[in-house]
Amino acid sequence: MHLTDFQIFLLLSLVKVAVVLVITLTAVAYTVLLERKVIGRMQNRWGPSRTGPFGLLQPLADGIKLFLKEDLTPLLVERPLFLIAPIIALTCALVSVAVVPFGAVTLFHGVDLFEVANVNVGLLVILGITSIGVYGIALSGWSSNNKFALLGSLRATSQMISYELALGLSLVGVVLRAGSLNLRTIVDSQSAHGALSWNIFGGLQIVAFFIYLMSAYAETNRSPFDLPEAESELVAGYHTEYSSMKFAMFFMAEYANMITVSCVATLMFFGGASSPFGHLTDFGGPIAMGLQSIFWFVFKIFAFLFLYIWVRSTLPRFRYDQLMAFGWKFLMPVAIVNIILTSLAMALHAKV
Amino acid sequence: MNSEVPIAAYLILGAILFSIGVGAFLIKRNIISIFMSIELMLNAVNLTFVAFAHHWHAVYPVAGASGQIFVFFVMVVAAAEAAVGLAIIIAIFRTRKTLNVDQINLMHN
Amino acid sequence: MQLALFIIFAALAIAGALNLLLQKHPINSALSLVVVMLSLAVLYWSLGAEFLAAAQVIVYSGAIMVLFVFVIMLLNAGEEEHTTGSRAAYFAGIPGALAVFCLLSFVFLRESKAFGSVQLSTAPVGAMSNIAEISQVLFTKLLLPFEVTSILILVAILGAVVLARKEERE
Repeated sequence: MHLTDFQIFLLLSLVKVAVVLVITLTAVAYTVLLERKVIGRMQNRWGPSRTGPFGLLQPLADGIKLFLKEDLTPLLVERPLFLIAPIIALTCALVSVAVVPFGAVTLFHGVDLFEVANVNVGLLVILGITSIGVYGIALSGWSSNNKFALLGSLRATSQMISYELALGLSLVGVVLRAGSLNLRTIVDSQSAHGALSWNIFGGLQIVAFFIYLMSAYAETNRSPFDLPEAESELVAGYHTEYSSMKFAMFFMAEYANMITVSCVATLMFFGGASSPFGHLTDFGGPIAMGLQSIFWFVFKIFAFLFLYIWVRSTLPRFRYDQLMAFGWKFLMPVAIVNIILTSLAMALHAKV
Repeated sequence: MNSEVPIAAYLILGAILFSIGVGAFLIKRNIISIFMSIELMLNAVNLTFVAFAHHWHAVYPVAGASGQIFVFFVMVVAAAEAAVGLAIIIAIFRTRKTLNVDQINLMHN
Repeated sequence: MQLALFIIFAALAIAGALNLLLQKHPINSALSLVVVMLSLAVLYWSLGAEFLAAAQVIVYSGAIMVLFVFVIMLLNAGEEEHTTGSRAAYFAGIPGALAVFCLLSFVFLRESKAFGSVQLSTAPVGAMSNIAEISQVLFTKLLLPFEVTSILILVAILGAVVLARKEERE
């Protein structure tokens, strides 16, 4: 049967969305396992190793436990906001993956297979969704009708909005070099000479990369910036009153945010799906090239997740005032200086 | 598959949102709600600007983006106004301990 | 497609605005306003203003409204508002809003032939992207207002910090 172009596009988009969603959720579950194993090894103990070989069925066991737990809703919470907060958090964490290109451009009936949505302002979409994700945390603390939860959520919210600035500003240098906000274009501008043309090396954005990394750690509320969810600080912070499924959604949202941030970092600074050996290792038709590019993309994501977990098990926690001072007084001015220097370098280079 | 929507529809939507903002401004008693109805009115005006920018874009290809730039400026001014206005509201709350506009009136009594 | 987008998100925007009017607690009004802003962002996108849609989400609903929600939570703003002695406001407010609406819609419907219509379409080949057009005008002809707004924001930040600072009791 002959489908019109639009129907093909619609069908393929639905298939892509389903596949990406399933893969992302599975990746979230196994990131939890990865974290526990890696932190365990760094602390000279095994992580979970009983359930299944090497503990590989642990996420399944965790999932079953969380779903079957009693779903407790305290009496005086604001029901609608209480229910909607984890939904906002998880949705915003998962939607950002829609504009990320996973692999090289592979057209199938005119539809790019490895990117769900090719948007001209893709980078701004990711920043915007990060901004909306703040509401999930703010509302969870407010609706819990619990002073500790409210304090924890206010702290987390102010931390997130402070570091959003440094996050956005650090990416402006990359956009200046690539000349576009389209994520495909940014990735393609880094694939000329392999690792040397990646934005972090050839693009001289190494300072921006470190600013981005630190802001991303603060945005996702991960160590060493995880004051809002520290167990010894404010009970459990903004998700004190949540149990079972809703807590699982917050949990998943945090790890999905980690994966999204890693995706953006590889796209902006490490060439996305391009291999570090450049065009030296090109072989095979479009399918082999596509699979190769996906392999490199997943490898880089894995490296970033490992870095996240490594930092978590190594560095001590920031105090709240140190955290805010760091974001406002150090990261933001350095990001602005980076923008000035990048544009200066580009202007001088263009004149010559 | 491609249906057309007249630009007048967007303008009427802007008018509806604006008049709801005016109504909320006059009816509400909480000062923060009044502030939010001002933001609603600004958003309705932004929609009108963008609709007109689309209309003029066909006639003047590049300068037709001026409508969108004006929206950009309106957003910036709204941000500045929200920051200062909320700071004033916090200062009022500290002294009057209430957010009801009927009770903040200094000249009463 | 354009019609479906317009109807769905226009209905959402109007529902959010009415919810802002009818809710008693300011935080529910704030969240309805966020819904209005997000649906307006989609409408901007359908009118071809991609950058503006993203800016609406990032700046308006992601920063300004977070500020509103923050202040409402901090002040623990009055639980419910009582319409004390404001029956007069109903008599003045609703007819006033209706009058504004009738005037505006009369003018728009009168001129609706001259406005043309919108269609969802891809940009013609060779045309500049939306961002390129905006930046071409913004950084050449409108550079002075752009720089002045940055000073405006600086003044606003200073004002907000001074106004909201806790007084030091001696």
